Amino acid sequence: MEHQYDVVIVGAGLSGLRAAIELGEGTRVAVLSKVFATRSHSGAAQGGIGAALGNEEEDNWEWHMFDTVKGSDYLGDQDAIAIMCQDAPKIVYELEHMGVPFNRTPEGRIAQRAFGGHTSNFGKAAVKRACYAADRTGRVILDTLWEKCLQRHVQFFDEFQMLSLIVKDGRCCGLTAYELATGKIHVFNSKAVLLATGGAGKVFKTTSNAMASTGDGMAIAYRAGAPLEDMEFIQFHPTGIYKLGILISEAARGEGGILLNSEGERFMERYAPTIKDLAPRDMVSRCILKEVRAGRGIGGKDYVHLDLTHLGAEVIGQKLVEIIEFAKTYGGVDARKEPIPVQPTCHYMMGGIAADAAGHVVLDDKKTPFPGLYAAGECACVSVHGANRLGCNSLLDTLVFGRRSGIEIRKFIHAHGLCTIPDDLEDLEAAKIRYLMEKDGTEKLGPILQEMQTVMMNNVSVFRHKETLDEALQAIRALKERFHDIGVHDKGSCFNRELLDVLELRHMLDLAEVMTLGALHREESRGAHSREDFPERDDQRFLAHTMVRYEEQAEPLLFTKPVNITRFEPKERKY
Amino acid sequence: MKATFVIFRFDPAVDKQPRYQEYAIDVESTDKILDCLNRIRWELDPTLVYRASCSHGICGSDAMVINGHVGLACQKLVRDYKTANNFVIEPLPLFNVIKDLVVDMDPFFEKHRYVRPYLINDEGEPEKERIQSAEEQKAIEPALRCILCASCTSSCPISRANPNYLGPAALLRAFRYINDSRDTATGGRLAQLDNDDGAWGCKTMWWCTDVCPKGIPVTKCIGQIKRTIKQQEKNE
Repeated sequence: MEHQYDVVIVGAGLSGLRAAIELGEGTRVAVLSKVFATRSHSGAAQGGIGAALGNEEEDNWEWHMFDTVKGSDYLGDQDAIAIMCQDAPKIVYELEHMGVPFNRTPEGRIAQRAFGGHTSNFGKAAVKRACYAADRTGRVILDTLWEKCLQRHVQFFDEFQMLSLIVKDGRCCGLTAYELATGKIHVFNSKAVLLATGGAGKVFKTTSNAMASTGDGMAIAYRAGAPLEDMEFIQFHPTGIYKLGILISEAARGEGGILLNSEGERFMERYAPTIKDLAPRDMVSRCILKEVRAGRGIGGKDYVHLDLTHLGAEVIGQKLVEIIEFAKTYGGVDARKEPIPVQPTCHYMMGGIAADAAGHVVLDDKKTPFPGLYAAGECACVSVHGANRLGCNSLLDTLVFGRRSGIEIRKFIHAHGLCTIPDDLEDLEAAKIRYLMEKDGTEKLGPILQEMQTVMMNNVSVFRHKETLDEALQAIRALKERFHDIGVHDKGSCFNRELLDVLELRHMLDLAEVMTLGALHREESRGAHSREDFPERDDQRFLAHTMVRYEEQAEPLLFTKPVNITRFEPKERKY
Repeated sequence: MKATFVIFRFDPAVDKQPRYQEYAIDVESTDKILDCLNRIRWELDPTLVYRASCSHGICGSDAMVINGHVGLACQKLVRDYKTANNFVIEPLPLFNVIKDLVVDMDPFFEKHRYVRPYLINDEGEPEKERIQSAEEQKAIEPALRCILCASCTSSCPISRANPNYLGPAALLRAFRYINDSRDTATGGRLAQLDNDDGAWGCKTMWWCTDVCPKGIPVTKCIGQIKRTIKQQEKNE
């Protein structure tokens, strides 16, 4: 079945929906999502969205910019970071006008709270910058944007899995997709495609991410010739519930919660004397694991305590409702009376499809655009987060660059028509699916998936070393070989979940390889990438973005792209 | 320890009638029901299908019937059930089954759309945020917890008896906008619900409140809509 649209947006999280709203009613927009729109993982964001509104205390966007640059360990592109921090207040006011139910100050303004790495006066003290709606900020923004799209009659294709991008003479001309309910192949001929497909936390065993976070957009763009940037930078959030990885928001520490080791010591005071428990996530995650390695994990195990017992009923009852429930339901812990056992959990991809601040997917170190192809949100690397993202900057990133992509795409579609695309695309994709379904595979999905997740967790998570990275690369490549022999047992065309699992696994194996390659290449420690064999940051050799491009019949090609530094020269990063 | 899962199966391409299939797996008392389903799918039977994503009760994908009670598979643990590790898993009632535990939610979202689930404000936008007091914001707080999982509507006896009834989830969304101090369409919204397919359809049977995985006092919120309608009639 063939469709024609001005724009196809893939992903119905915050970036995709914000772009759809920006594109406006005069544009023919289709939003494709492999899950129903409101199931998108943006909805799991808890703590807040960063913007220097100054509603609670003095603040300005330049402080926000400095914090983001420093938080990125100076790898973030400062031109893009300046845009994001300057746009932030406007983005938040727009959300409020659309109906987002933010918590309020006594004066009736949008309430704000402290978050990791956000400071006033270029690092002097923690500042309240995160605008929030209890601890369900992402969820209420997602609902509001989705409902705004309903009002605007945006066309949704829910439970459609993108299969491939259509590229003709170097231009993206649309995409092909698989309809889960029927097994039909759909060809979308469009002037532009925006990828807003989110992250890939499911590459790792312990993650706060949803089952849908399998990096499909990144992997499909990569196979279509778009380079992936800085994929070795993977954020491990310090406070996942022990063993489960379910997120306990940084808001818990923003509201005054503290981390304790087995001796009852507030150990972050030792590592980050100025902002303590509100140090950035990469540091806190490493500190937790250092405490564990020094034998100060709780009961000798690999976790520490997050203590909220002193916060009082009002803070907990009004600002941290969901996480108290999570701790109770999954951890069996009443966080009002006892500490929550926590350990780092895979949370966010700083890297992604190389893109610029206007949303263009870029092909090389000179930022040559991939015509017709755009990316925004977690699947993109703009790069505003560099080597480590600050809390409450991801919601901001999705909305700022979702909006800016929308603006840019509108210009593009007015200047360009639809491409003439081959008429056998539907048959070609159907043949590929049929091949997967009909071959007698000896390998099963479950073991390959679980082995990939275990290898990545053991060898490519918080601490890394050449030896273990080499091991991981070999293991992932062996799994890619085994993947060729995978079989699909479900032969049906209605809701064939197994087929989708197999496609997702293929995407994740590609990404796991790129992450490991980047981590091997980067012989230094910067932000979330911590090499035990190279413990120092090395600006001489590695103040540059890692780019990896897919090559047919050859190993992936690795090259670098310079970092944009406009204002803040790299310095040692202390908190 | 061992557990038995008896699961509702239906594939429209093959089955004339739904059937139940039994699986035996090893479980821990702290496993989520969703973990168990994933294990069955990955280790025993990849053809079993259900919806799920976030796995911690926030995306609203995996509401189903577990041992006769509606719940989220990712929010219920093995230890929550006193059935000697015997589980019966069925799709949400009220909706048509597409396959196995996957149901057609279109009618649910149609009703959602009907209540105009977006802020209507004809007063123009200020440069910064609109002012709303903390108390005004708190008035809609219960409804903000809703994750659109459809547990309430699928459990509601009135929704089962009257297909035109909006049902608790859509009414809760209406409540959210009626009580938002920034919304200026309150009169129209109330008029839309002043009938037996709207707020008066609710006969306060509390099933919605009982099953809500987010602890929302749904019945009370609908009751408040009814009182506001009465209040407005009095004022006229």
